[in-house]
Amino acid sequence: MELVVKGLTQAFGTTTVLDRLDLTTGDIRALVLVGPSGGGKTTLLRILAGLDLAKEGSVSFAGVPVPRDEPGLLAYRRKVGTVFQAYNLFPHLSALDNLTLPLVHVHGLSPAAARKRVAEPLERFKLAEHAHKRPAQLSGGQKQRIAILRALASQPERLFLDEPTSALDPEMTAEVLEMIGELKEIGTRFVLVTHEMGFARRVADEVAFVGGGKVVASGPAATMFEHCPEPRVREFFARILP
Amino acid sequence: MSRALAHTLVVAILAALLTVAFWRSGYEFQWEGVWAYRQKFVTGWLTTVAMSLFSLVLSALVGLVTAVGLRSRWPLVEAAARVYVELIRGTPLLVQLLIGFYVVANAVGLEDRYVVGSLVLALFSGAYMAEIFRGGLAAIPAGQRDAARAIGLTPWQSLRLVILPQAIRLVLPAVAGQLVSLIKDSSLLSVIAVSELTLAAQEVNSFTYSTLESYLPLAAGYLLLTLPLSALSRWLERHFAYEAG
Repeated sequence: MELVVKGLTQAFGTTTVLDRLDLTTGDIRALVLVGPSGGGKTTLLRILAGLDLAKEGSVSFAGVPVPRDEPGLLAYRRKVGTVFQAYNLFPHLSALDNLTLPLVHVHGLSPAAARKRVAEPLERFKLAEHAHKRPAQLSGGQKQRIAILRALASQPERLFLDEPTSALDPEMTAEVLEMIGELKEIGTRFVLVTHEMGFARRVADEVAFVGGGKVVASGPAATMFEHCPEPRVREFFARILP
Repeated sequence: MSRALAHTLVVAILAALLTVAFWRSGYEFQWEGVWAYRQKFVTGWLTTVAMSLFSLVLSALVGLVTAVGLRSRWPLVEAAARVYVELIRGTPLLVQLLIGFYVVANAVGLEDRYVVGSLVLALFSGAYMAEIFRGGLAAIPAGQRDAARAIGLTPWQSLRLVILPQAIRLVLPAVAGQLVSLIKDSSLLSVIAVSELTLAAQEVNSFTYSTLESYLPLAAGYLLLTLPLSALSRWLERHFAYEAG
């Protein structure tokens, strides 16, 4: 996925959250967005995922622009997947029904075909025994892994993950990160916002440091973590990385 | 003590107190006169049931549509819904029935007082339903709408598959209460001469001069409708129950 972002501006009321942000990546599989809280990472990810419309600017993946009208965005969202920090599973449905709902109501599969499609991933990620539980009966890590499967069920072109482990304790964080690592290996393309720097370093092809509504620096993970020319980025990593 | 036993006990105590009160009042019950008019009560009760049922379904629909209107992005839709709710909730049903029947229905050529009565009742109750539903919709976390949008649901699908099933569970007790009110409020239909249960009781009273004998069956007739409704609501609440999160 070759991402090109040009002049992206977003404001809520009088607060400017993204300020003419530019970002270009190579044809990579995993882009990780890092940076201080309130710097604009989540806002940027929501625009990339087609959930919010930027006030100004453009986004394209592999030369294909992200639409700027609601019907276009709806079609776009159907081709990508999004995972939220708070899981946002549907509490009135079982884990299985959470997975099959988009397949049946958006992608036109029969309920039986939808169940068949999600059976293998549920098995692979050791969630099959929890399939008939409601979200309230699942642990945080199980909820987030179900949420990731829900985003993946429609076989999206790419996945957007917004701080998927920020609400989890270390053990559950590990199980979710392990799953994301496995997805990377089987070729899933994704953009990830995270504070897990160790994991970011391992999984990212490229890293973009977002702060103050702009991309302060971006580039291959190794360069960014080890000898980034930007002092702000070096200071940030020096404080966070052991 | 079991729940059933406790209920029975409370009802028994209440019945005993009421019996003593009636006995001390020295009122002499004369059931023969009223018994002769029993068919009137049955017809009146059936009319109340039919009109309440119709208004009940319609008011739920009106309430739902208005609740969505109250949350609309379009100012004109929001304003229309808000004015309707405030106007209805701020005026007595009695006035609405009189204006509805003698002015509005007359102007549009609607003559059937049963139809007009049911419609006014539905619009009256719908305004209260709208506020209940609006509260229920507002209580669903924003993340649910985000997730619905993210998986590619249309706004209508999001409402139908994600928001409403959760909101219904939240509003069920309040809706059941509103439906009980609606059934009792239908007694006001007597002012536009709809022969429902209350008017039947009033007429029987004027024929027989047996006030309590006319109005006690009236109370029983309403309880016969409202108690099962309350029981149904409790059953539905259990049926829809799940923990949030």
